[in-house]
Amino acid sequence: MSDTGPSTRHTEYHPRWYRSRVSTWWWLARWPYLKFILREISSVFVAWFVVLLLLQIRALSRGPDAYARFQHWLQTPLVLLLNLVTLFFVVFHAITWFNLTPRAMAVRFRGKRVPDLLIVGTNYAAWAAISLVVAWFLVRS
Amino acid sequence: MAKQSNEPVLWALFSAGGVFAAFVIPAHLFLLGLAFPLGWIAAPNYESLHALARLPITRLYLFALCFLALFHWAHRFRYTLYDGLQIKHLNELIFVCCYGGAILGTVLAGHLLWSFR
Repeated sequence: MSDTGPSTRHTEYHPRWYRSRVSTWWWLARWPYLKFILREISSVFVAWFVVLLLLQIRALSRGPDAYARFQHWLQTPLVLLLNLVTLFFVVFHAITWFNLTPRAMAVRFRGKRVPDLLIVGTNYAAWAAISLVVAWFLVRS
Repeated sequence: MAKQSNEPVLWALFSAGGVFAAFVIPAHLFLLGLAFPLGWIAAPNYESLHALARLPITRLYLFALCFLALFHWAHRFRYTLYDGLQIKHLNELIFVCCYGGAILGTVLAGHLLWSFR
């Protein structure tokens, strides 16, 4: 960075910046910080879901035996536990994401700002409807 | 002229992936990962699920889901590593690993879905 104003005199040696040390574990200090990191970590579980989905598609493509093995693997305790944790994180992602939408986009209707609660509420209603559609397609088959 | 940044594109992918993931992944995961294996809800049989996945529209949907969810992960995880662990000096390496992983996963998803039979 060269933030040298016109009045700054150059010396041969740059003075040391004043920067207080921040611990690597700064995010454990307060609940909002921890919540922030948990929210960011949820992305890892989103990626895990994609891996799971790709494994399912591969097993489906390989035939009934491969698919039966895949279903059996899903029933092992470790995978069930991992998926339970994953569910917690993806729901956490969804909730934090929907709650942030009024911050990310200010919707106006007839010149008036649409209340935050209405935007959030619409998101939750859409979430419920879409979840039902997904479930309908999967359960019906 | 200022150097063009690809950050807006990456952020748009992150954002689109975030919306997509928030709306559909919880339902998918609840059924696939818990309700079906634990027998809370009868799992779909192989033939009908296979027939559903054979439909081009389903495969297009699944590809979009994988692609956007992976780029969502790449962006968010990259900043988690930057800020959470303060390892900004490994900037390039993290960048390559995150987006490289997302590209690799997207190609794999494309291959699996394209050659699905």
